[in-house]
Amino acid sequence: MGGVTAPSPVEVEPTFDTDEIVRPATPWVTIVWNDPVNLMSYVTYVFRTYFGYDKRKAEKLMMEVHEDGRSVVSSGSREEMERDVQAMHEYGLWATMQREDQP
Amino acid sequence: MGAFTRHRRSGAVIATFSGFEADLLRSLASQIVELLHHEAAVPDDRDPLEALMDFSGPTTAPEDPVLARLFPTAYADDEEAAAEFRRFTEGTLREGKAKAAGTIIDTLEDAGLPDELREDGLTIDVEMDEPTAQTWMRSFADIRLALATRLGVEDGDEEYWYSLPDDDPRAQAHDIYEWVGWLQETLVGALS
Repeated sequence: MGGVTAPSPVEVEPTFDTDEIVRPATPWVTIVWNDPVNLMSYVTYVFRTYFGYDKRKAEKLMMEVHEDGRSVVSSGSREEMERDVQAMHEYGLWATMQREDQP
Repeated sequence: MGAFTRHRRSGAVIATFSGFEADLLRSLASQIVELLHHEAAVPDDRDPLEALMDFSGPTTAPEDPVLARLFPTAYADDEEAAAEFRRFTEGTLREGKAKAAGTIIDTLEDAGLPDELREDGLTIDVEMDEPTAQTWMRSFADIRLALATRLGVEDGDEEYWYSLPDDDPRAQAHDIYEWVGWLQETLVGALS
């Protein structure tokens, strides 16, 4: 007989469980809302100095806040957005954060 | 008087105030400090032991509308996350804002503003490095938010404020609000 022993079935260990699946993280965004108090020049200054945006981008975002009532001023991880929101509050700007896909 | 400019040679941010103006700025800054310390960051209507054992920050928005505006809710649709955010940030923010207002007071007093203003014709020359000037600028935003919230300032309501009689205290408060706005505008200009 001799024969060939059939290879014992290889037990396939699950190589990952669902906890390890890295889903593409939905980015978070920081939104600055319009208020009747903060000066346009001040808001632009904050966007330039805190985010390091050039004058054109900072002014565009400021105008969005002013005319549309809100503007997304930064995006990134949840932790990064919490930092940005806290910084905006430090400057007296009215800021909130949410997932990017949230209306 | 009052406009901020940048000294061409030294790069310092400078301004000259009358004694009255400097005294007014100090009083506004002091009110911010007082307000921030007045309403405890953690409400104290709990069991005294429980209150003592709780070292964390507040989780609900302040009751005072000015404080609620200075420390807005960070998550509009997630109460739990908003509470967590507040717990970890409001204390730091309060301290930062009180310290910034304190910087205004210190700068003015270092420049010669006496504890009590007695003499006429006093002028106060302030000279600041850039970080100090930025601190003033941020605190001006807090002062303006506080005044505007108390007054109920809204977009495009200038005509209403100008129509009030001169001796109406709200008209006077609004004048001060606009004056601090003008100061802040010149400060942003000097820093830009």
